[in-house]
Amino acid sequence: MSSFRGGIHPPENKGKTEKSALKTAARPVKVILPLQQNLGCPNEPLVKVGDEVKEGQKIADAQKFISAPLHAPISGKVTRIEQLDNACGFDVASIVIEGGAGETAYAGQWSVEELTPEQIRKSVREAGIVGLGGATFPTHVKLTPPAGKKIDTVIINGCECEPYITVDHRLMLERPAEIIYGARAIAKAVGAGRIVIAIESNKPDAVKKLNGQGVAVAVLRTRYPQGGEKMLIRALTGREVPSGGLPSDVGVVVQNVGTAIAIAEAVRLGKPLIERAVTVTGSGIKQPQNLIVRIGTTFKEVIEQCGGLTDDAAKVIMGGPMTGIAVSTLDVPVVKATSCILALSKNDAQNYEEGDCIRCGRCLKVCPIGLMPNYLGDYAKLKEWDKMAEYHVADCIECGCCSYVCPSKIYLVQYFKVAKRELQTRKAVCK
Amino acid sequence: MSFDISVGPHIRAPYDSKKIMWLVALTLLLPAGAGVYFFGFKALQLIIFTTLAAVATEAVCQWFAKRPITVSDGSAAVTGLLLALIVPPTLPLWMAGIGAAFAIAIVKVLFGGLGFNIFNPALAARAFLLASWPVAMTSWVRPFDAVTTATPLYLVNKLHQTAPSYWDLLIGNRAGSLGETSALAIMIGAGLLLLVGVIDWAAPAAMIGSVAFLSWLLGYDPLFAVLSGGLMLGAFYMATDYVTAPVTVKGRVYFGLGCGLIIILIRYFGGFPEGVNYSILIMNMLTPVIDKYARPRLYGAKR
Repeated sequence: MSSFRGGIHPPENKGKTEKSALKTAARPVKVILPLQQNLGCPNEPLVKVGDEVKEGQKIADAQKFISAPLHAPISGKVTRIEQLDNACGFDVASIVIEGGAGETAYAGQWSVEELTPEQIRKSVREAGIVGLGGATFPTHVKLTPPAGKKIDTVIINGCECEPYITVDHRLMLERPAEIIYGARAIAKAVGAGRIVIAIESNKPDAVKKLNGQGVAVAVLRTRYPQGGEKMLIRALTGREVPSGGLPSDVGVVVQNVGTAIAIAEAVRLGKPLIERAVTVTGSGIKQPQNLIVRIGTTFKEVIEQCGGLTDDAAKVIMGGPMTGIAVSTLDVPVVKATSCILALSKNDAQNYEEGDCIRCGRCLKVCPIGLMPNYLGDYAKLKEWDKMAEYHVADCIECGCCSYVCPSKIYLVQYFKVAKRELQTRKAVCK
Repeated sequence: MSFDISVGPHIRAPYDSKKIMWLVALTLLLPAGAGVYFFGFKALQLIIFTTLAAVATEAVCQWFAKRPITVSDGSAAVTGLLLALIVPPTLPLWMAGIGAAFAIAIVKVLFGGLGFNIFNPALAARAFLLASWPVAMTSWVRPFDAVTTATPLYLVNKLHQTAPSYWDLLIGNRAGSLGETSALAIMIGAGLLLLVGVIDWAAPAAMIGSVAFLSWLLGYDPLFAVLSGGLMLGAFYMATDYVTAPVTVKGRVYFGLGCGLIIILIRYFGGFPEGVNYSILIMNMLTPVIDKYARPRLYGAKR
């Protein structure tokens, strides 16, 4: 079975929700929408306080190419535009809409064959679609291969290697036709002849479902971070994205299954990205399930629909246990990046005291990139950013395997995130 | 309601440094037990005393330096235990005690404690004892009856006499350091550590393999070369020491090959009958250099 070097196999903990069919969450009467929900350039609001908006109406956008607009997930009135709490722990410019059901601002019916690559890209851009696996990179950018670069393979990522999360699994079981449709649209946009759907071996039912739909399905070893872009490309094509490069440098585009569905909806219906699938799970949730949630719904409302938190819930995380961010309040909204709301009981939410490195070498064995996390950690403690650059910290994919296996419980990946930001800021300043 | 907001990952592997150290200590009880079986009560006394001396030294040093007392992490106990296993079973307790104190105070604590020492503390202490009390450190006895004799390596390589049977070498029925004689006990203990992934095969395989191959190349008996002396204990328990050996698998192979080469030079061309101790200490010095050059292949780098 193809795979990659290194990685870990933490307890999967998917059992609580993998059999629970996707359910549409109640329509919220109020949504909080951070202006910036993607890895691109900052958005500016297109509405002002007091404006009436329709569901699906564009409410924020940017002029730059690498950006993605934002749409109203419900119909209603814009009541506030101000700095509000978000899941990352700081205030960000946000639009608040209050209202509910109403007219929608989109309608349409096309098929892939009739659209040109340019039209597909335009639909995707106008729908505000970003990578729904969690990275939130504007999707239309990935669908625009740089001049002179030939894309031959589209990989649809259904690995879902992060523990607890089961939305991609459910989407593959319940909406295979849309995934295939989206995959074909992606292939057409980039001019690729080959489509491969990548699924980890722990989801045989999804493999069965997608087999025989006219595209190739590849079964990969269940191992975290198998769903990482670089790992997938290596496992399926034998190619490696050069350091600092993009998948397009090796002729590949990778899109998550949820993103493929969003693309299908945008291309066929002109429907913008105003909702997404979210797994609500963990020992701190009374009734774990998979929900389709409108962007902007607060964590509180989502969790209430899952029976609420248990009495011993101690930590709430946006995302999975490996790469997710712990939130301090439930008043933060679901954003385009929210694949999971994970609540852990006191027993599961352990804190660890960091010890000294004993040079056991476990972090080196699991690093899928081939970094030396132990030395990077030493240099990080000394704030030797240049030395860290020399040891390729910029190539770190922040999967967290090194921290996971460290017997001294050193918060390695956190140091690397800090270092990467430090080096980037410095580079920006020097420019 | 207030939530815990620590950074990720929010789950960690179910082991820590402490568990690893105590597991190593536990498996060392196998060769220690074999030593007690062959050399009697004196060996048991030596093991207990040296271990306690090492732990006490660390506690006193840390108390004196007003630092947290970390003896419960098991690393000082492992050092004490290892030191007992690599000295003659007849070594006077006070000498062994000084050795343990030297290992912890000078070789480990002065360099910054666990994780920061350059040399394997037990091996450095053994070298120190050999230089200080060469006679006591090279007086060997036969198992069971404690009659003074020479080690098989000395008998064979220096006096050109016949070797004990492979079986006696394997189970440890021969003269030698307290815990080094039973290759079998060491292999069972190390096998457990390999199985649960506490140590990896790289350094021991390279070290034992190179000693066997070079011995054969030079016309010596490779099996005898592997089973005699301190090679087994050194390869499985000293060359695999996390702190003082390289961190990459590639580096650990180089480390083991270097050890093997130095052992051969000392055993067949040097004055001492055995060279495991010095081979590892010398390679300890080269560890930072090996780490610098034996880096893992970076994803996306040119092949």
